[in-house]
Order: sequence, then C-alpha cells, then structure tokens
Amino acid sequence: MAAIEIRDLYKIFGANPQRVFPMLEKGMTREEILDKTGNTVAINGVSFQIEQKEICVVMGLSGSGKSTLIRCLNRLVEPTRGDIFVDGKNIMEMNKHELLQMRRKTMSMVFQNFGLLPNRTVVDNVEFGMEVGGMEKEQRRKKAMDALSVVGLQGYEESYPHELSGGMKQRVGLARALANDPEVLLMDEAFSALDPLIRSQMQDELLDIQARLHKTIVFITHDLDEALNLGDRIVMLGPDGKIRQIGTPEQILSEPADDYVEAFVQNVDRTKVLTASTIMHRYPTITLPREGCSAAVRTMEKSTVSSVLAVDGDRRLLGIVTIEDAVEMRKQKERDIMKIVRNDLFTTRKETSIYDLLATAIETQYPIAVVDDNGKLMGAVDRATIMGEVNKLTDDEASPTVLSELDNGSEEVVRNEA
Amino acid sequence: MSMFDFISIGKWFEGIINWLREHAAFIFDTISMLVRGLLGGFQSILLAVPALVLVVAFAALAWWIAGRGMGIFGLLGFLLIMQMNLWRQTMQTLSLVITAVVFALIIGIPVGIWASKSDKVQNVVRPILDFMQTLPAFVYLIPAVLFFRLGPVPGVIATLIFSLPPAVRLTNLGIRQVPLEIKEAALSFGATPRQMLIKAELPVALPTILAGVNQTIMLSLSMVVIAGMIGAGGLGNEVLKGITQLRIDVGFESGLAIVILAIYLDRLTQALGNSTQKK
Repeated sequence: MAAIEIRDLYKIFGANPQRVFPMLEKGMTREEILDKTGNTVAINGVSFQIEQKEICVVMGLSGSGKSTLIRCLNRLVEPTRGDIFVDGKNIMEMNKHELLQMRRKTMSMVFQNFGLLPNRTVVDNVEFGMEVGGMEKEQRRKKAMDALSVVGLQGYEESYPHELSGGMKQRVGLARALANDPEVLLMDEAFSALDPLIRSQMQDELLDIQARLHKTIVFITHDLDEALNLGDRIVMLGPDGKIRQIGTPEQILSEPADDYVEAFVQNVDRTKVLTASTIMHRYPTITLPREGCSAAVRTMEKSTVSSVLAVDGDRRLLGIVTIEDAVEMRKQKERDIMKIVRNDLFTTRKETSIYDLLATAIETQYPIAVVDDNGKLMGAVDRATIMGEVNKLTDDEASPTVLSELDNGSEEVVRNEA
Repeated sequence: MSMFDFISIGKWFEGIINWLREHAAFIFDTISMLVRGLLGGFQSILLAVPALVLVVAFAALAWWIAGRGMGIFGLLGFLLIMQMNLWRQTMQTLSLVITAVVFALIIGIPVGIWASKSDKVQNVVRPILDFMQTLPAFVYLIPAVLFFRLGPVPGVIATLIFSLPPAVRLTNLGIRQVPLEIKEAALSFGATPRQMLIKAELPVALPTILAGVNQTIMLSLSMVVIAGMIGAGGLGNEVLKGITQLRIDVGFESGLAIVILAIYLDRLTQALGNSTQKK
C-alpha cells in the first residue's frame, strides 16, 4: 500500500472557489480564471501516490502550487476538492482531534526558513512537537537529545537559534521533525535558504539519515539538481498546477514527457545523473574453470574485442583475460588459465554516476566491470561509451578552436578594418 | 442659532453620561472599589517601607535589570527626590501609575490578542483607539469626575483610558508580526489554538508587547500629572500648586521629580524588553 495517496486534488484560492470548477471543465486557463473571478487555481487536479520509505520529490517553479500541495498533506491548507489517504485513512474526513493526532504522530514538517522559536534553546525547540503532544518532560528530553545526535548537533543543545548558522538551524528543524519518530517527513524547500555548499552537504546528510531511518519523505524543491540528487521518484508540476511527469530521475532525464520537462532538464549535467546501469552493456565472458584459453581466444575473436571477463559458475567476477596473454599461453601449451587471469581491473556498482567513472575510464585500459553486492557480474562500461555520453553534452560553439582556423579569422578581421 | 440646533452632539453625549450615571451606578461603584483597593494597597506598601530602604532597593533593581549606570542614576535620583521633600508625593504618583498600568494591561493585552486573531475586531478596535489617543487628555477628566467624583480613583480611570491604546496596539502588532512559518510550524506539530498562543505567538511577540508596556507606563506617568487637576494627588498636585500660586521653586522641583521617575521607569522597562529580545 502506498504511504500517501492523493486523488484528484484541487486547491483554489479566493472567494467562492466552487464556481471555478465549471470553468476548468471548459478548459479555461489559470490566467483567464484569475482575470474573470479573481480566484487562483493553485492545484489543478493532481493525483499520485507516494510509496512507503521513498523520497518523493515534488518539483516545480514558483507558482506551480508545490508549497500548497505539501500543506494539503497535513491540512495546513484546506484542499478545495479531492481526497488524500494516509495509511489508507482519508485525512479529508478527519475531525479536529484526529487531525491533531495525525500531525503529532504521523507527519512532521521541515520549513524553508526553519520556523524555529527564537526564544527557545535548540533542545527546547526540538521538544516542541512532543511538548504539545503532552509527553513527559524527561522522556521528551531524551528523545530530543537522540534526534540532535542523529543530525550531528550534540553540544549545541543550550544554544539559541540566532547563535547558529543556517545549516545548523535547519539541522534543528530536521531534528524537531525526526524527534517523535513520525512515518512521514514533509520537507518544504528545506534546503533552499542555504548557500550551495552547505546545501549539497545537507542533501548528502539527508540521504545518509534516510539510509538509517527509512522514512517516507515528501521533498519540495524548485531546484532540479536537488530533485535529481535526492529523489527516488520525481513529480514534475507544470506552471498550470498540473502534473507533467512522474518518474525516476533517469526517466525524467532520458524520456522527458513533454517540451516543458525537456526544457527544464536540458541544462542538467547528465553525467552526474545518468548511472552506470544506463550505459553498461553485455561484455564477452568465459566461465572458469569450465573454459580454457582456447575458448577465451575464440570468444575474443568472435566478438572482436581484445579481452574477456572471467567469471565462475555463479557468474561472480574473477578477473580479466587479455588476448596477448591467451595467445601466448596457447603457444606454450600451458593448461592452468588461472595464471593469466588479471585482477587489476576496476569494478563499480550500477548506481555509480558516469561523472564519477570519468577519471577511471580515462586511466584504465580495460573496461570497467559492473558488479552487484555479491560480486556477480552485471555488465561492463567501456571508455568509448563513457566518452560518447560526455560528448553528447559538448557545446560545439564553446569547444576549443583549432589554431589554424583562429588565424584565418583574425586575418579577416584585419582585412575588414583596412 | 443654526437650523441644526436639534443635533447637538455635545448635548447627546451629556445625555448618555447622565443616563449611565443613573442606571449603571453599581458598575461604577464596583470599578471604584477595585481601583481604590489596589491603589491603597500599593500606596501603603510604598509608604510603609522606610524611604532609604526603598531607594536602595530601587537602585539595586535598576542595576540588576538595566546595568550599573542606571543603578547609580536610580540611587542619586531618588536621593534627590528625598532631599526635595517630595518622597511622599512621588510614591503616591508611582502607586497611581502602577495601578493604572495594571488595569491597562489586564484590559489591553487580551483585547490586543483578540484583535490580532480577527480582522473584524481589529477594524472595530482601531478607530476607538485612535479616538482615545487623539482626544485631548483633559477631556477624559470630565466623565471620570462625573462617574467617580474627585480624588485618586477618577485620576486612575482617566490615566488608564489614556494609556490603554499602546498596550492593545503593540500586542496586536506583535502577534500579527510572528513569522508565518513559526505559526505553520506550531500548527504542523499539532498545536491547538491555545498552545499556539501560549507556546509560540506570545513568547515570540513578547519584545513588542513589552515595548507596548513601556509606552503604557510613560503615557500613564504623563496623564497622572494632569490628573492632579481633579485631585488625584501626588506630584501632579505639586505641579498644579506651582502653576496656580506661580511658585517657580515648587513647580521646578516637582517637575524634576517627575523627570527622574520617568527616566527610571522608561530605562528599566526598555532593558526588560531588550533582555527578552533574541533574534
């Protein structure tokens, strides 16, 4: 079951929002409706599911309704129409008491500008949620301390927010949200107020925390790089308040659903997002000890490569055999092929980004083997494909010019001036 | 004589006042009793303690809250008041101020909170506050005397009405200025409206509210002097004596005592506000 299911959600701001629905059905645009009625259509019929323990990034530019959307999930903003199911319960049907309980137990929120109480110390801020929920002082202090150590803020318990840097303030915000161990974290542009370096550091830490705590995280951002870095899945909202595409970062990048998404993703550094799994391919192998050096030479000849990967019966990678070694061995009538299996080739995981493979790819003469957790061979990535992928990104006008061409150009300029 | 004679606003107002005097006397009696009780209490405490002990206590308080400079100022200032033989009047004035401020805050802060929660309330309260603040201070003395006769009680009432607006205004402002994200954060963690007010809004608005308290105190002090005209007593009485008998010495000395008291109260409450102010 999905952790959160959003069905046909609408939020229309302004007086008498119900009159807007017939206009939406007629296909009127947001602007026309705003002109005619003064109502703003913030969320325009959105449906999607958020899975358990995933980071679902909702991505859109300002005015796409993403902040409104996340506030509908805990009803800080009251949706105009639609249903939201959290753990199978429709939160639109909750009464005041149930809603309070859900906010206290199930969902916590992290805010763009932290939303910390300036008059409280760090630890008192972290305790806030448990305090309003009526937890005993001693117990909540202990939980707050635990949460602070999760975000790496031990020793700052008695500081005041104004004494902390932006990144540390947001750690407090995160600790406050984690303290009561909720199932769902709502993060509204949580890192957008931080400077770029701290920001990417916080993203890494969030991923780190997520690897330990496994929360269901809804993360709002307007920054595509952040979305691609954090999201298991990305929900792209268009400027009309509708969903344009839902998919993994790779799907968004490699198969943009429409022009809007494509325009959005074209400036992304693909090497940082595309992973080994997208460009890896099958590579010829020999299975040891069943096959010997004759088999190795034949395989290489057949697939016109200069090396084969050696695997055992369970397809666990043993090493690489080059054509030179195999031919040499066959000449000397040596029998034990293990002697020529080299183990100095590089291996990687399928989720490694191309960007991280670049340096190795330039250095090594062998393909890079892609293996899983058990050492099983999944495929290989070779220099050619990596370079090819990087080349796709090259802007011809910005790439270096050959000296001779440059000289011609300058002569022309001189002539023109004369 | 104009043709609009029948709409004499002044007469109408007089009519309302008279009607109230006849039909709502018990209300004014109750208020009168409350004010008299509180005022008497403060006054007897302040006058029962030996003057020198109080001077040292005031100085120590100022030192503790506002620093060494204010401590020394308080010590020298109150000693000067003693030397001028105005101690008794100064303590009377202080009791009047404290009483008026207590009532002004008891009324003003809740009204300010209410106004901050509802635009409708704010829209009703605001013109009333404007009216209260712009009406010449002396005008308050008339109904105060009519309802509460002469003496310190109408003095406190007139003072409290005059000094009420900043308490309401700044409480309203302070709560409305609490950043939206703080309110949203409190809500998102499941705070009830009451928890929101007590645990988030009031603490965050406290520096602004204290600025309102400071202004309320300063306005009371200025009004209490004017209230000397209706027999409120204290330093106002001395100032009046200076004016009516053209005695420059009495006028100057009592004026000086008022200034000392004003500076003391102002700096003390400001320091109180600053100490709660954290960014």
